[in-house]
Amino acid sequence: MTNRITEKLQQDKKLLSIYFTAGYPELNDTVGIIEGLEKNGVDMIEIGLPFSDPLADGPTIQESSTAALKNGMTTEVLFDQLKDIRKTVSIPLIIMGYFNPMLQYGVKAFCKKCEEIGIDGLIIPDLPVDVYHEEYQAIFEKNGLLNVFLITPQTPDERIQFIDSVSKGFIYMVSSASVTGAKSGFGKEQVEYFERIKSMNLKNPQIVGFGISNSETFGQATKHAKGAIIGSALIKHLNKNGASKLDSFVNTIRQE
Amino acid sequence: MSYNANEKGYYGEFGGAFIPEMLYPNCEELRRNYISVMKEDSFQKEFHQLLKDYVGRPTPLYFAERLSNKYNTKIYLKREDLCHTGAHKVNNTIGQILMAKRLGKNRIIAETGAGQHGVATATVCALMGIQCVVYMGEIDIHRQAPNVARMKMLGAEVRPAKSGSKTLKDATNEAIRDWINNPVDTHYIIGSVVGPHPYPDMVARFQSIISEEIKWQLKEKEGRENPDYVVACVGGGSNAAGAYYHFLDNTDVGIIAVEAAGKGIHSGESAATSALGKVGIIHGSKTLLMQTQDGQITEPYSISAGLDYPGVGPMHAHLFKSGRGEFISITDDEAMQAGLLLSKLEGIIPAIESSHAFAILEERKFNTDDIVVINLSGRGDKDLNTYIDYFKL
Ligand SMILES: Cc1ncc(COP(=O)(O)O)c(C=O)c1O
Repeated sequence: MTNRITEKLQQDKKLLSIYFTAGYPELNDTVGIIEGLEKNGVDMIEIGLPFSDPLADGPTIQESSTAALKNGMTTEVLFDQLKDIRKTVSIPLIIMGYFNPMLQYGVKAFCKKCEEIGIDGLIIPDLPVDVYHEEYQAIFEKNGLLNVFLITPQTPDERIQFIDSVSKGFIYMVSSASVTGAKSGFGKEQVEYFERIKSMNLKNPQIVGFGISNSETFGQATKHAKGAIIGSALIKHLNKNGASKLDSFVNTIRQE
Repeated sequence: MSYNANEKGYYGEFGGAFIPEMLYPNCEELRRNYISVMKEDSFQKEFHQLLKDYVGRPTPLYFAERLSNKYNTKIYLKREDLCHTGAHKVNNTIGQILMAKRLGKNRIIAETGAGQHGVATATVCALMGIQCVVYMGEIDIHRQAPNVARMKMLGAEVRPAKSGSKTLKDATNEAIRDWINNPVDTHYIIGSVVGPHPYPDMVARFQSIISEEIKWQLKEKEGRENPDYVVACVGGGSNAAGAYYHFLDNTDVGIIAVEAAGKGIHSGESAATSALGKVGIIHGSKTLLMQTQDGQITEPYSISAGLDYPGVGPMHAHLFKSGRGEFISITDDEAMQAGLLLSKLEGIIPAIESSHAFAILEERKFNTDDIVVINLSGRGDKDLNTYIDYFKL
């Protein structure tokens, strides 16, 4: 079976991918948010497994993670919420989370469970590519999971090549040297970086993330990449509106 | 078996660099350079000059006669409490500020819990005229007001960490986030043998001056370089790493690590990581840490803010797992009594962190002719309020 991410990447369109923190704003919003996002034309979803110490995240995602944990979200609860997700949802689903909760669940058991549920990939910001390659790649691949790595404007070319060689889906191109939730708007520096990566002709397409919050930044990012990921902006929307009005949120991004 | 880090930063199964890709260039720059920079003659010269003239090294190795009589063994105190700023922390910050300068950095960030490492960092930044930002949990800022004031006098900016539990681990997260946002001009001075490779090894090397001195000082006093035991308290583990460093591979020297049991190991309010921790990842390092079954990092507790860390450095995790180190945990009450006893018997008021190391003497018996070196990591000035409250002084 081909992976849903791989299939999606072959479509001739710019992809809108959305991150949200599972268990936020309410513990049991997870499935409703996923279904709502798909219904409104989102191409791919990153389901955030909350962690007590999210090093790579800015205040918005930190606060949503703290709230989700307070609501009672755990790895076990998330898997339970998602157990029938493939009955209603067909777009690619990625779990994004820090490595420690996966380590405690057991990496093998975690990957197996993901496959059972129909998860297509993982993004684990604090699992470096070399450790993945040496210790975990075989387990991930056995369970049909694509692991997605980040690159930044500071990542050396050689390392980008290595990441490209290990990756089998897409590369997560972090827009600037920052944690999530940075101010939006791309300057000359970012455009040069996007162009530089484009000219490397990597085998994996790139999807831009961090600092994308509206139709303007989505448009700028996807000029240079296959798609873009929005996270903090949706969390802010959820904070204001609860898990409703996803249509208006998605529409403002897609309009142009 | 070696008890030092291998070139990938592993101590046995512990250590490594589990960092987001955004931090890779920062850590890689440091990893590539730290050993060669430290080996430069000019670096060594400047480092040792500052340790001597500014920090006040060598610190004495003092034979504590009355304490020895009471416990019927031979006890030496390594007097890190006499370092400038009042604790061993400054050995590391002197080393790291020189490293930062050589790497061309012009901005320093640090985390602090009790404020000791923050003060030691602010101090060396003032000394070098370099901008300094210290992250400190919002709760700790209120608990440790005098150290906040010291950092401000020294010209540092103290930024409250408002995320998570608002204490040391969150201050560390904030410092790491700052480093992600400022990858080019900033050096992060970590305060203990924790964090991603190369930090645990680099900090241990800077602190290793402690055991280097113990060796020649003991030789002078006893005609032998090696004690029978070296005892130190372990928060993240930097004073302990420094005190053990040159004895690690000599198994004739017993290594005793003392952790904070808080209100009791199983009270739910404890920082005894070796007893309560499981293998996991904290602040970029694979080590033992206190966490829920679900892998969320939990908040430790100890009466001493400096031992209030949910993990231990990977060196110590390895010393524990391999059996090379003997780990003992001490409650708040035991530590406070030991602090009072040392004050009365030797005229030395220890930091409460260090009091934990002395408290083992009540239970852990040594032979009469054993030579036991206890690392007195800091002085008690900063803890006076806690002593006052506890003993109703
Ligand atoms: C006097 C003293 N001892 C010990 C510690 C614990 O740190 P470490 O375990 O890194 O030596 C601290 C930390 O603030 C301290 O101030």
